[in-house]
Amino acid sequence: MSSGTGSSGIVARDVCKAFGDHLVLDKVSLTVKEGSILALLGPNGVGKTTMVRILSTLLPADSGSMSVAGHDVTTDPDGVRGVIGVTGQFSAVDNLLTGTENLRLMTDLRHFGRDAGRRRIGELLEQFELTDAADNPLSTYSGGMRRRLDLAMTLVGEPRVIFLDEPTTGLDPRSRLTMWKIVRELASRGVTVLLTTQYLDEADQLADRIAVLDQGRIVVEGNPSELKSRIPGGHVRLHFADAGRLRSAAQLLETGTPHNDQLVLEVPADGSVDSLRALLDVLHRARIDVERLTVHTADLDDVFFAVTGSHVARDLDGGRAPQGAHQP
Amino acid sequence: MTDLAYILSDSRVMLRRNLKHQLRYPSMTLMLIGMPIVFLLLFVYVFGGQLGAGLGPHDGRAAYLDYVVPGLLLITVASAVQGTSIMVAMDMTGGIIDRFRTMAIARASVLNGHVIGSLLQTLGAMAIVVGVALGIGYHVAAAPLQWLGAIGILALFAFALIWLAVALGLAAKSVETASNTPMILILLPILGSGFVPTGTMPAGLRQFAEYQPFTPVADTVRGLLSGSPIGSHAFVAIGWSVGIAVVSYFWAISLYNRRRAAEPK
Repeated sequence: MSSGTGSSGIVARDVCKAFGDHLVLDKVSLTVKEGSILALLGPNGVGKTTMVRILSTLLPADSGSMSVAGHDVTTDPDGVRGVIGVTGQFSAVDNLLTGTENLRLMTDLRHFGRDAGRRRIGELLEQFELTDAADNPLSTYSGGMRRRLDLAMTLVGEPRVIFLDEPTTGLDPRSRLTMWKIVRELASRGVTVLLTTQYLDEADQLADRIAVLDQGRIVVEGNPSELKSRIPGGHVRLHFADAGRLRSAAQLLETGTPHNDQLVLEVPADGSVDSLRALLDVLHRARIDVERLTVHTADLDDVFFAVTGSHVARDLDGGRAPQGAHQP
Repeated sequence: MTDLAYILSDSRVMLRRNLKHQLRYPSMTLMLIGMPIVFLLLFVYVFGGQLGAGLGPHDGRAAYLDYVVPGLLLITVASAVQGTSIMVAMDMTGGIIDRFRTMAIARASVLNGHVIGSLLQTLGAMAIVVGVALGIGYHVAAAPLQWLGAIGILALFAFALIWLAVALGLAAKSVETASNTPMILILLPILGSGFVPTGTMPAGLRQFAEYQPFTPVADTVRGLLSGSPIGSHAFVAIGWSVGIAVVSYFWAISLYNRRRAAEPK
């Protein structure tokens, strides 16, 4: 196909894959522009990993066309392998070797010379804060260190396209932030990144574009702010002590929607401090006591719950209703 | 670099990885080398006096030692290739194999590394077993050329069984299966001419013993090392070895390539 020629982006058209009777990918199309980050978002078992395995030449697709950095995945897999780096869900490190030896394995397989290899290994150890542990066996590494080494091994050959399959699953918050920083640095250097995640905030933090995968189909795609604009805006929930106060407030604030059973008035608001102050001033002047309030700004959770089926919401969140309010 | 140079270079990298694994995982290496040595001492000192009585009128135990060493060398091969199966299965169940598959490296190099690494390990183990045997009085009557012949026959046979073990390791769903399946290979030298002449066995077993691959290899090595004629045994041994190697090689390659289409996890 021609659309990928000359760029180091990823283009996939109508990719289908079935395991037996189970259709895992149903005509999935996606485009990742050169130097940008696309997050493939979805809960477990919707085909994210399968899509990554197909694009990284590990699995053949049943149908569809794909190109990575101008190389056709089906007809030129070795061309693809020469320009990509893949960090899978399970750490792809050699447990019987040290950190340095793992990286040396990569520089040797990428045919670096002895000196160039040693230099590259030193750079990566430093960049990934592994210099101190470089000559220790991997059995002494923490989960975060293993993941960093894993990514360092992926980056040895300076790939132009990187696939990250759930790069922060199982990491503690600090390691997660380190991983995010590394991914952002990669993209700022012009590397194309396709990452899968089941964390909405991760996609929001990292991605230029987000594609939501559900039941083997892309159900929505766009940049984070476009996605947020597709759903109802933010609002303030005012909680009252009794029905009388709720009624008075509802008369005062005509845009609000009262929920009598919960003694709550839901007022549309953008969540800014000024609008909140104005709202509270109006209530204060009318001498209506507000017991407490919660501010809800639109985020990716809303997008996710709005565009995917309720079964997904149930799987992810133990039955929380879509569009639920968030405590600030 | 040419394609061949890439294959050689990548295979050398994988070989170094395999040898490092052997060093970092010494308990397995020791177990695989220890078993034939325990067998050697057991068969010579516990059973040897009685078994040797059937071989001739003079010092039975010494005669039996001379008889049994080739059989124990085959036990050594069978034991060592069990390690090959385990190592291959460990590799295939770990995440690193997927990393290799997404890199532009010579596809055969992963298996080549295992095969050459295992061959070196097996030859080393056989050298240790022969050393121990010489230490307890094993008598070799071979000329240098016959020594070379014996080493060549054993190396070729080991090469064949290593490819078989690689295929078994690839076919295994788990590391446990990979460690159990090749155990049958350890029985075969005993159900052949490795420990007693096949002529002493009952009819059905004798026919099996005479026609299975370990017997001509044991007979050839025994003949070469004792300086006696080997007849046509060598050709049969070479035929078996080449046959097993070729079939196992293609089986292993097809299993290795088929994994590409496997379902994830």
